[in-house]
Amino acid sequence: MSEAITHNGIGHAAHHADYLEDPKGLWSWLTTLDHKRIGLMYLWSVLTFFLAGGIFALLIRLELLTPKQTIMTAEQYNRVFTLHGTIMVFLVIIPAIPAALGNFVLPLLLGAKDVAFPRLNLASLYVYWTGALMALSTLLLGGVDTGWTFYTPYSTTTGGGVTMMVLAAFTLGFSSIFTGVNFITTIHKLRAPGMGWFEMPLFCWGMYSTALIQVLATPVLGITLLLLVMERVLGVGIFDPQLGGDPVLFQHFFWFYSHPAVYIMILPGMAVISEIIPTFSKKTIFGYKAIAFSSVAIALLGFLVWAHHMFVAGMSLFAGAIFSFLTFFIAIPSAIKVFNWIATMWRGSISLEAPMLYAMAFLLIFTIGGLTGLFLAALSTDVHLHDTYFVVSHFHYVMAGTSLFALLAGIHYWWPKMFGRMYSNKLAPLACALVFIGFNATFLPQFVLGSRGMPRRYYNYLPQFQDLHVASTVGSWILAAGLFLAAAYLLASFRGPKNAPANPWGGRTLEWETTSPPTTHNFEGQPVLQHGPYDYRANPAPVGVHEHSH
Amino acid sequence: MNWFRDYLLPRGGATHAGDVDGLFMFIIYLTIFFFFFNGALIFYAVKRWRRRSDREVTPHITHDTRLELIWSFIPLVVVMLVFFWGFKGYVRAWVAPNDSIEIVATGKKWVWQFEYPDGTRTLNDLHVPVNKPVKLVLHSEDVIHSFYVPGFRLKRDAIPGRYTELWFTATEPGVQQVFCAEYCGKGHSDMLARIFVDTPEQYETFLREGDEQVRKMPLKDLGQLVYENKGCATCHSLDGTRGQGPSWKGIWGKVHTGTDGKQYTVDANYIRQSILQPQAVVVQGFEPIMPTFQGLLREREISGLIEFIKSQE
Amino acid sequence: MSTVTHPAPAEHGHSPFLQHHFREMKQQFDAAKIGMWLFLVTEVLLFGGLFVGYGLMHARHPEAFMAAHHHLDKVMGATNTIVLLVSSFTMVMAVWSAQTSRRKLCILFLILTLLCAGTFMVIKYFEYSHKFHEGLLPGKYYTHHGDTVPGQFMFFSFYFMMTGLHGIHVLLGMAAILWILARTIRGDFSSEYYAPVDITGLYWHLVDLIWIYLFPLMYLIS
Repeated sequence: MSEAITHNGIGHAAHHADYLEDPKGLWSWLTTLDHKRIGLMYLWSVLTFFLAGGIFALLIRLELLTPKQTIMTAEQYNRVFTLHGTIMVFLVIIPAIPAALGNFVLPLLLGAKDVAFPRLNLASLYVYWTGALMALSTLLLGGVDTGWTFYTPYSTTTGGGVTMMVLAAFTLGFSSIFTGVNFITTIHKLRAPGMGWFEMPLFCWGMYSTALIQVLATPVLGITLLLLVMERVLGVGIFDPQLGGDPVLFQHFFWFYSHPAVYIMILPGMAVISEIIPTFSKKTIFGYKAIAFSSVAIALLGFLVWAHHMFVAGMSLFAGAIFSFLTFFIAIPSAIKVFNWIATMWRGSISLEAPMLYAMAFLLIFTIGGLTGLFLAALSTDVHLHDTYFVVSHFHYVMAGTSLFALLAGIHYWWPKMFGRMYSNKLAPLACALVFIGFNATFLPQFVLGSRGMPRRYYNYLPQFQDLHVASTVGSWILAAGLFLAAAYLLASFRGPKNAPANPWGGRTLEWETTSPPTTHNFEGQPVLQHGPYDYRANPAPVGVHEHSH
Repeated sequence: MNWFRDYLLPRGGATHAGDVDGLFMFIIYLTIFFFFFNGALIFYAVKRWRRRSDREVTPHITHDTRLELIWSFIPLVVVMLVFFWGFKGYVRAWVAPNDSIEIVATGKKWVWQFEYPDGTRTLNDLHVPVNKPVKLVLHSEDVIHSFYVPGFRLKRDAIPGRYTELWFTATEPGVQQVFCAEYCGKGHSDMLARIFVDTPEQYETFLREGDEQVRKMPLKDLGQLVYENKGCATCHSLDGTRGQGPSWKGIWGKVHTGTDGKQYTVDANYIRQSILQPQAVVVQGFEPIMPTFQGLLREREISGLIEFIKSQE
Repeated sequence: MSTVTHPAPAEHGHSPFLQHHFREMKQQFDAAKIGMWLFLVTEVLLFGGLFVGYGLMHARHPEAFMAAHHHLDKVMGATNTIVLLVSSFTMVMAVWSAQTSRRKLCILFLILTLLCAGTFMVIKYFEYSHKFHEGLLPGKYYTHHGDTVPGQFMFFSFYFMMTGLHGIHVLLGMAAILWILARTIRGDFSSEYYAPVDITGLYWHLVDLIWIYLFPLMYLIS
C-alpha cells in the first residue's frame, strides 16, 4: 500500500504545487472554490472571534472577582456577557469544527476532490462574514443586553442594537444551513468508489448528524428570529402578552432550534475524537456502528427535548414529565460513545502525542459535562439548579470544554496536513495540562456556586459567594495562559521547514494518503477504497517517513 | 458525608428540600464515581498499553455485542432511576394543599411585591408562618422574572400575562434569601427579597402590626401606602374629582352635611368613625356604599390615614 | 491490499457542464437534486414556524381571526390559487421540454410560467393596496376602525408576514426562472443536461404548494 502511494500519489506531487501556494495572492483566496482554502479561512475567522469572545470572558471573570463594581458597570457587564455568548455560540462553536475542520477534511476523508457545491461553500463563508460584521456593528448601536437567548418580552422592550444582533444571528443561520446542505449531499454522492456508508470514517457520520440538525433546526430559529424582529419593528403581538401573545412561545420556538444546536456543538467534537483515538491507539475503532448510530440518535433525540429548558416556566406536570423522560435517553448514546472510545484504547498501542492528549482531556471533560446533565434533566433537582451557575458550568463543560478540546485535538491532528509543517511536541503536554487545569479551575467552583444558589447573569452577588468566584477567575487566567502557549507553539511552526510527512501519525483514513499539504485537487486521480477506515491488521504504514519531493 | 452536602447545598428550610437533596447527592456520587472510573480506565490503558515500538501489532476487535449491551443497559437503568426520583419530588412540589395561605407575588423591575389575603402589601420582605403551607401566585408586570429560594430548593418564573404557582412549607424559623433567577436587565442581580419564616407568635405580631418596614415608616407615608393599597383610591380622589365618595382634597377641617341633616366637622375622630363605621354618617349626595374597615386596618394604619388626609390641601 | 490511488480515467467526451469534482453527469445531477430537496426542507420548516405560530394565535383568538378574515377578498385569493396551479403545470411542461431537448417549447413554457407569476404578484399588489387603504396593517400600524371584535390586528400581522414571505419567494422564483430562460435561449440545456431547469421547477412547486396551504388558512377560515 505504501508503494502505491509512493508511485501514484506522492511521487506525482512534484508536478503540482500545494493548495496553499497555487494560485497565489489574496484575490485567489477570496474567490477560491477549494474546500481546503475555505476551511482555512473559516478556521482563522473562528479563531479570531474565539480570541474576541475569550477576551470578553476574561473581562466577565475579572468583573466577578469582587461583588459590586470591579471594572465595569452593570450595563456594561450585561452587554459584555451578551457579546461573549453570542460570539462564542454563533461565531465560534457552531462553525468551529464543521465549517473549519469539517470543510478541510471531509472531502479528503471521503476521497473526493471537493464538496458537492463549492460555490455554495464560498457563499456560506461570505454570509458568515456578513453576519459577523452585523453582530459586531451592534457595538456602535449601543450594544445588546439581552443575553444570547433573546428572551421576550425583555428583548422586545430593551433598547440598543437588539434588532441588528437578531438579524445577525438570522444571517449566520443561513451560513450554517449552506454548510449542512453541502455536507449531507457530499456524503451521499461524493464518497470514493468502494466506500459504503459503513466504510466511511466516523468523522463523516458525525458531520452527517450535525448537518441534519443544521438543516432541520436552523430554519425554525430563522423564523423565530424574524418574528422577534417583526415584534420589535411592527409590534405584531405574537410574543407580547399585552397584545394577546405569549412570551413563553418564544422560548419554545427558540429552544426547538437551540437545543438541537447544542448537539451541533458536541457532535463534531465527538467526530474528531473518533478519528484520533484509533490512530493513536493503532487499533481499529471499537463498535463502529454503535458510534455511528449513536451520533444519529443524538441528533434525532435532540429534537424531542427542547422544553427541558423550561421546567420552571409554568409548563404542565405532564409536559414536564415527558420532556424530562426523553432527555434522559440522550445519556445512553453519549455513554455508549465514551465506553467505545475507552474500549478502542484497550489493548492498543497508545502513543501520547499532542492530539491524543487533547482527546483524552476531552473524554474527561465530557464525562463531567454529561453526568452533570443528569441534575438538570431530573425535574426536582432542575427546579433548584435552573438558571444558576450550575447550569452555566454544565453547559461550559458540554459545549465549550468539549468543543475547545476537540477543536484543539483536531487542529493538532490535522495541522501537518493543513500546513505541511510539524509543531513542537515538547510544549504540547504543558499547554494541554494548563488548559485542562485552567478549565476545571474555572468551572468546577461554578458548580458549587450554583448548587449553593448563585443565579446566573448576576453582576452583583452576596459576599458569601466571593471565595468561589475568586477561584473561578484565577482558573480563567490559567486557561488563558494554556491557550496562549498552544497558540504560540502552533504559530511558531510557520518558522520551521515545510517538511511534514504525508502520514505523520500512521493514520489509516484517506487524508493521510495524499501529500501534506495536499494539492488543489486533493488526490492524484480518484482514490478507490480497499479497506475500512481504521484497519490496522496489515503491516502499518511506516510512520514519520518523509517522501515529499521538493 | 453530611459535611459534603452542607458544603454543596444551602441549609434546607422547607419540607421538600430533603427530596431534592437526596437525589442531588446521589447524582453527585454517581458523577464522582464515573469520573474516576473512566479516568482510571484511561489511565490504566495508557500505562498498560503505551506504545513501545512502531511495529506493535494490535488485536482487531471490531465490537462485542454483549459488552455493548451491558454498557447501554446499565446507564439506562441508572437514568431511569434518576428520572423517577426527580419526577416524584417534582410531583410532590406540584399541587398546593387546600389550606395553604395564598400570597400574590408580583415581580417588576426590580422589586418583589407581596400581597396577603387581608390586603396587606409588602415590598421585598415576605412573612410566612413556620410549618404552614404557603402558596405563592406569581406574575410579572413587565418582563419575565423568576422567584428563586435556594433554601427551599424552589424556583418558578413570574411571567407577564399569566399566573404561575409555587408552594412550600417552611420548616425552620429564620430568614431565607430570595433571588430573581431570570435575567431582567440592569437591576437583575439586585432584585433580592427575603422570606421571614416566623414563629406563630411573630407571625401574629406581623399580621397585627405589619412588618418592620410598616412599623418604622412615618405616619403620613404609611397613610399614603394604605390609601393606594387598600382600595381608598377607588372612590376617593386626591385632586378634587368627584368619585363614589367625597374627594380628599382639602377635606381636613371642612364642615359636611350628613344625610341626617346635621353638620359634621372633618377631624380625627370623624375620620376614624368613617373608616370603622362608615354608615354612621353619610355625606349628603353620596350613596351609603362604603364597607367597614373594622379589623382590616391596624391602629397605626388608621393614624397614618388621618395624617395623610390632613396633608391633602 | 488497501487504498490505491490511480490516475484519473481518460477524458471521454465530458459535458462542458460537468464540474471538476464530479465523476459523471449523473452524480452531479443527483447531487443537485439532493441539495435542492434539502433546501426545500429548510423552506418548509421556515414556513412551518409561521404556520405553528398562526395556529396557536388562532386558537387563542378564534373570534378575532374569524372576524378579520372577512376583510380578505376570496375571489382574488381563489384567482391567485388557480394562477399558481396553472404556473406549476407550465413549469412541469418546461422541465419536460428541456428534458426532451425541445428548446423553443421550453422557452414558451418558461415565459408562460413567468406571466402567471407576474399575474399573481399584480393581484397581490391590488389586495395589499386595498388593505393599506383601509388601515388593515400589521401590528402597531393597524388603524382600521369599526372592528366589532378586538385583536384583529394580529390576524393581519400573520397575513402580511406569511403572504409577504411567500411573495418574496415568488419574486426569487421569478428571478430563477428568468435566469433559466436566459440559459435556455443560449442553448445550454438538452436531454444531456437540464438539472438547473429541473431544480428550479422543484423550487417553483414548493412556492405553489405553500400558497395552497396559505389560501384556505387565510381566506377560508370556518
